Amino acid sequence: MKVKSSYIPYFLILPAFAYLLFFVGYPLVQALYTAFTQNGHFSLATVRKTFTDPYFWDALKYTISLAGVIVPTQVALAIILALGVNRVFKGKDFTIYALTIPLTISDVAAGLIWYSMLSPSGFLNKLLLNIGLINNPIYFFGYQYRHMEFLAIVLAELWRATSIVFVIILAGLQMISHEYLEAAEVFGADYWTRLRKIVIPLLKPSIQSALIIRTLFAMQIFGIVWILAGRDIPILAGEGFYRLTELKEYDVASIYALVIAGLSIILGALYIKFMKAEYLEVRG
Amino acid sequence: MNEETKFILKKLVFYAFIFTVVAWIVIPIIISTLYGFALPKDYYDPKKILPTSFTIKYVKTLLITLGALDGIKNSIIVALITIAISFALGIPAGYAVAKFIFPGKDTIKLSIVALRMFPIPVMAIPLVILYIRLHLIDTLLGVALAHTAMSLPFVVLITSSIFAGVSKELEEAAMVFGLTRLGSFFKITLPLALPGLAAAAMFTFVMSWNEVFVASILTLAHRTLPAQILSIMAGASGGAAPDYYKFAAAFIMILPAITFIFFARKYLVTMWGITLK
Repeated sequence: MKVKSSYIPYFLILPAFAYLLFFVGYPLVQALYTAFTQNGHFSLATVRKTFTDPYFWDALKYTISLAGVIVPTQVALAIILALGVNRVFKGKDFTIYALTIPLTISDVAAGLIWYSMLSPSGFLNKLLLNIGLINNPIYFFGYQYRHMEFLAIVLAELWRATSIVFVIILAGLQMISHEYLEAAEVFGADYWTRLRKIVIPLLKPSIQSALIIRTLFAMQIFGIVWILAGRDIPILAGEGFYRLTELKEYDVASIYALVIAGLSIILGALYIKFMKAEYLEVRG
Repeated sequence: MNEETKFILKKLVFYAFIFTVVAWIVIPIIISTLYGFALPKDYYDPKKILPTSFTIKYVKTLLITLGALDGIKNSIIVALITIAISFALGIPAGYAVAKFIFPGKDTIKLSIVALRMFPIPVMAIPLVILYIRLHLIDTLLGVALAHTAMSLPFVVLITSSIFAGVSKELEEAAMVFGLTRLGSFFKITLPLALPGLAAAAMFTFVMSWNEVFVASILTLAHRTLPAQILSIMAGASGGAAPDYYKFAAAFIMILPAITFIFFARKYLVTMWGITLK
């Protein structure tokens, strides 16, 4: 039923497209206006105020370094998990089910869940104390333990968002034809050779898109950090949130929104350059 | 080492790996749930790794005294409005992408893929000014409108892939027998796509249910559950709530999500595969 009609598809797409355009376009314009004007005149005062605030640079640093630690680890972990699970074994369905549970768990809930593991009276500390591995609890929270808070965020975020990467990689793995692998086996390639010469190269598109998608979402990281560390570990979205809700500084908050949008647009441009929307092809 | 022991050893290592993985995911959920119902004296007892006496006091206080019940109600309303609007706008668009060929289609598809990546939640910051002007600030409709912007690209991508899966022969047969295109959509395509659409609705529900940034920024009195939990647990005062309330809150938040994943697990890998590829 592929019909070449002139106006029907545009008519069907227009409402959704207009809606999205408004919700992306309007805030962008409004943010630019709020950030770069004062009393109706062009002004760089807000930009100067934001850029001279050490919190801004800390937030930028932590947002990027969190993404830098979390995203590659997630992708590596997800590849190992997907390769491990992508075979026939007893309990496969349950394992995949368990691995996908965090997909539906919010960042706020994941933060609270990991607080129960890592707090001074939490599971991990009590376990280690009782089997005698440590004599005093390990402190993960509080300003003086910032580097441990960083670790706690990484642990919680690995737990929460590795599932998404796992699903992308697993879907990619399942699309690799068995014939390639069987042919390689016939010619005497062992598991590692097959992995290196066939599986990993064919997985490359999935790995790339997982990397970029996770990096983009990592720019907006908020809930998990806000729950586990508050402003001890400043992040871009968190600072924007704080400026807006606590200090009512719409102008400074707008700059944070613009910085996150700018980072996303740059990364998104890379995404479009490397990826194509092949999976949307009309089938049949 | 003969072949047989090698085989058994390999199997053992493999199952140890699977067990570790499942434990890594499941144990934190079990622990936080147990702690959510534990008595504080058990939680603070360094000798007790697992609590032995339980109470529903903290879940109850959170739900009733601290107003989490209202938060749940607000969250459900916001999610339902979000599903309604994003489906009303997204289904026609998804259908068009799946079933029509037209100039500029690739550009439109690419823009939708790109828009899905745009940090729409963060854009709630400049939206505040418009919302104040339109009296949408602190309303559930206002949150739902922003959540729709966030979920709409996903709905278009999911529905287009669902409609692409409905065979064109059936639609053509219906049209041969005298149904219009619209008639064949409502009598043939939609019913066949229904299970997939139901799963897509649950996906949208979870997305809205879990969203915290937009909800926290756009509301004050009428908070959704995550926004309310966030303000109780990590307010300006800095994590004012005692630990056992945190665990009770985690339990309340994850229950619907875990239920969803249980019912929709058949579609899960495919659906997330589509949206996140």
